[in-house]
Amino acid sequence: MKLADLPKNDCQWLRGVGPMHDVVISSRVRLARNIAGMPFLTKCSPQQQQDLEALLRKTLLEAQLAPEMLYVDVQQACELDRQLLLERHLMSKPHAKAEHPRGLAVSADETAAIMVNEEDHLRMQVLRSGLQIEQAVEQIARIDEKLEARLDFAFHSRYGYLTACPTNVGTGLRISTMLHLVALKLTGEIEKAFRAARDLHLAVRGFHGEGTEAVGDLFQVSNQTTLGRSEQQIVEEFCTQIIPQFIRYERLARTSLFKRNALAIEDKICRSLAMLRSARLISSAETLYHLSLVRMGVHAEVIKDVDLKTLNALFLMIQPAHLQKVRGQEIDSVTRAVVRAEYLRKTLGGN
Amino acid sequence: MKSQCDKCGKPATVHLTEIVDGHKAEKHLCEECAVSEGIAFKTNLPISQLLEDFIRQTSQPEDDPVCQACGRRFSEFRQEGLLGCPNDYDAFGGQILAIIERAHDGSSQHVGKVPHAGAETQKKQTDMLRLKAQLKTAVAAEDYERAAAIRDQLKKLEQEQA
Repeated sequence: MKLADLPKNDCQWLRGVGPMHDVVISSRVRLARNIAGMPFLTKCSPQQQQDLEALLRKTLLEAQLAPEMLYVDVQQACELDRQLLLERHLMSKPHAKAEHPRGLAVSADETAAIMVNEEDHLRMQVLRSGLQIEQAVEQIARIDEKLEARLDFAFHSRYGYLTACPTNVGTGLRISTMLHLVALKLTGEIEKAFRAARDLHLAVRGFHGEGTEAVGDLFQVSNQTTLGRSEQQIVEEFCTQIIPQFIRYERLARTSLFKRNALAIEDKICRSLAMLRSARLISSAETLYHLSLVRMGVHAEVIKDVDLKTLNALFLMIQPAHLQKVRGQEIDSVTRAVVRAEYLRKTLGGN
Repeated sequence: MKSQCDKCGKPATVHLTEIVDGHKAEKHLCEECAVSEGIAFKTNLPISQLLEDFIRQTSQPEDDPVCQACGRRFSEFRQEGLLGCPNDYDAFGGQILAIIERAHDGSSQHVGKVPHAGAETQKKQTDMLRLKAQLKTAVAAEDYERAAAIRDQLKKLEQEQA
């Protein structure tokens, strides 16, 4: 498997056909681990960073974590490749932007991705389509076991697994779901939902994680506390109490939108589809705005001639690095607007 | 319940009852006014920001412990939000404990998965960190006799762990 093959593949987390896919786009679980007897990245010398990268690269490739693993030397990778991996949610923004020795291991199906030398020595993640947290947790626990057989992780009898930032200490487990909350946004109830989320000790973030904007009405909701509860408790609470609430609120909001004025909302949805099928120049922000409405339209059966898989793929393919990869060359932002519009017309059968 | 903000008249979403010296006082505020009053948190604030604010509010500047293993000062952690090495968790004692409890809903005891090696290796891990730091200093000072002795101790620890 090569890095160049990625844009041609279906992206696991955007396949969008998992359980509760009308609201839950994807589920992600992450574990943070550090090697015992080594400083955290902030206090690693350049030599130690290099040694860590070499050790972890070797371990990740030998540990048979997946049938096929790709390892990317992120320090050596070009900017476009780093942007591509970021758009596919295989690595974080800080990891894409940093300059020190670091890497990324990705399984061929893109469900597992492990960052080397990010904030912690190891940041492992498993991504699944729709609401599949339990399955993702099972997969990541297997990866953790295999790595623990080969590595010693920094561990404290009181604080558990030690991490560079004390907000991740304990289990090191963070669960996130990417939610499509278009109706809550339209009805203006989203703030209320977020306040409720904060009362439940949850973090709500944008499309690309911490400190990023929400685009296309996509929000990441994740647990904040990683200490004082077992992995099982964290998962159970998240799956049985928290996420079902969000799904219920969003579905209620969708129903009430259509009940209040079905024609107005159908009009909004159909205009968005027309925009995507007709535009000659379009930015990614505008595209995501319309894609969001069309996605709701497909689930509400207002739009019947666009399938969900095509639509989900568009959320990814219209982003800058993906457009450039499809074109096979670097293009500036003005030309990207043209190429994006062409791509949308071609995919959605526009004129 | 009053539905308008006491300050600007917009719809109130934050309702607060305070009892001071036995007198009950009610406050009704909209989100913006509540944020400016410091009662509610702004939305979309990253966790790291919340933590930094909290660290700044709670720690005393004159009390600034240093980790012997990695040389990180508590004040550096306070500024950047990141620790230097596993030993910092012990070196920063009560100050780090307060931050952990605040970040984790009052908890400070891990109850999840434990590695096979268990916590016995914890002391060894810290010893190794400390020895590595000492080795660096010895080499920098060109005290090779001491460096060799430290290296032997390190080797012994590494073998025990394996």
